[in-house]
Amino acid sequence: MNIVVTVKQVPDTWAEKKLDASDKTVDRKSVDNVMNEMDEYGVEEALKIKEAHGGEVTVVTMGPDKAVETIRKALSMGADKAVHLSDESLHGSDALSTSAALAKVISTLSPDIVITSSEASDARGGVMGALLAERLGLPQLTQARKVTVDPGAGKVSVERLADNGYALVEASLPAVVGVVEKINQPRYPSFKGIMAAKKKPLTKLSAADAGLDAGSVGLPAAASTVLEAQPAPPRQSGTIVKDEGDGGAKVASYLAAQKLI
Amino acid sequence: MAEVLVLVEHTDGEPKKVTAELLTLARTLGEPSAVFLGGPGTYAKAKDYLAQYGAAKVYLVESEDIADHVAAPAAEVLSKLVADTSPVAVLAAATPDSREIAARTAARTDSGLIWDATALTADLTATQGIFGGSTIVSSKVTKGTPVVVVRPNSTAPEAAPSTPAETPVDITISDAAKGAKIVDRVVEAKSGRPDLTEAQVVVSGGRGLGAAEHFALVEKLADTLGAAVGASRAATDAGWYPHQNQVGQTGKTVSPQLYIAVGISGAIQHRAGMQTSKNIVAVNKDPEAPIFEFADYGIVGDLFNVVPQLTDEIQKHKAG
Repeated sequence: MNIVVTVKQVPDTWAEKKLDASDKTVDRKSVDNVMNEMDEYGVEEALKIKEAHGGEVTVVTMGPDKAVETIRKALSMGADKAVHLSDESLHGSDALSTSAALAKVISTLSPDIVITSSEASDARGGVMGALLAERLGLPQLTQARKVTVDPGAGKVSVERLADNGYALVEASLPAVVGVVEKINQPRYPSFKGIMAAKKKPLTKLSAADAGLDAGSVGLPAAASTVLEAQPAPPRQSGTIVKDEGDGGAKVASYLAAQKLI
Repeated sequence: MAEVLVLVEHTDGEPKKVTAELLTLARTLGEPSAVFLGGPGTYAKAKDYLAQYGAAKVYLVESEDIADHVAAPAAEVLSKLVADTSPVAVLAAATPDSREIAARTAARTDSGLIWDATALTADLTATQGIFGGSTIVSSKVTKGTPVVVVRPNSTAPEAAPSTPAETPVDITISDAAKGAKIVDRVVEAKSGRPDLTEAQVVVSGGRGLGAAEHFALVEKLADTLGAAVGASRAATDAGWYPHQNQVGQTGKTVSPQLYIAVGISGAIQHRAGMQTSKNIVAVNKDPEAPIFEFADYGIVGDLFNVVPQLTDEIQKHKAG
């Protein structure tokens, strides 16, 4: 199995995130950056598929030079090699042009399966799996909480989350699979894994190397624009009362006064 | 007047409330055209609802090709309608399925995509609360037909009865779009409670509950209020409640009239998913819990005393 998994470096989940004042893109300089937490589930699922069926896991990311830290983490977890699409001109790309750029890189790897996660914690679009499937012309098996691959039959099936349960979805390989949080328990990189990661092949591509048209990427090519951004007005703390045995009744009175019951 | 395409959000034809919200919003932008995509025989359940909320037209596809495949066939239909009708905008609900269809439609029509809008002006400037609502952004699509994914509970639905013209869409879904086939649907938990993201009231439980079985307290309070049940990440990580119900940065975003947080500290992870709720009530035994910094009403106390009493009092109030 030739397995490709996409990852993204994002501001730390626990950091207060901001937009850069100058160009209104996500401020990645003033915060610690980490592998998007959801992507750990994607990497883990890729490794599990490799362990069950053999093959190779290639990590693909697009991002600034320092996103190499996130590649290293995926390699430390056990991925075999990586492709890093990195170019100043890509800065400010929207989800649509990012998906086109990633699809271009991924198609050169001729994958049997492409794994993404449900969303990145900075942009929270939840659309990359769908967009990659669209761009690559492959079946879309997103919102997956369980993935079963049958390489012999050239099939993959997933349990796709629904409001009250799930849908069982099947497709022929190659396909794009998007996994949700908690599909598995992502492993921690071992010391051995961290040492080994340093020697694993990493290909760095510029936009030109990847064959991307300069006019199709980056902030100028984005199909939407942020006109204005400001901090939300702070939410004021209201009435806080210590329970003296009548706390429940007090909440009920509050709700009644607000006409909420 | 120019058309606004509204992707109808429904379950087997049964429209969801967000559909009425989208039609109401669409009327401020132009002439709303509902796009109903579902399985054979499902439209009958949506017909009157779409008329009640002012759809001027309904574009219709009832087919197994739509119902039994993920996202791509619906995007194919919607993209064709964008090409055929040159609408001022396409509106879809911020649900997992519709946002995927919207994204693929934007890609296919070379258009811009905005997600999680909470408002949209007549000149198509969208408001979004990003980073869990901590930053408010106004944004605009600059290319193609604006495809805007709108959060449930963003617009108050207003009825405007109409007699929509029904137009079946003449389309053959491509084989390529039928790559991901739904072969079975399994209902695991039919709670009878409203959808978490659509609910007017949400009651959520967290670490303070201490055990899965104590979620019964939260559920009882929720059912007294006709509310949806949410859970903090700590609670779903512990396996006390299903992941689908997780509210927060790595879960669902909700914006109900009333949000009751039970035994939830209110760290940024959770706050990011609920801080735009209109009224926030918190019960927590720790007076230093961050949730009290932004709750409208808080009780510092033992939830095992406060919550059952609250449930009783609400029942009395309703009976009274």
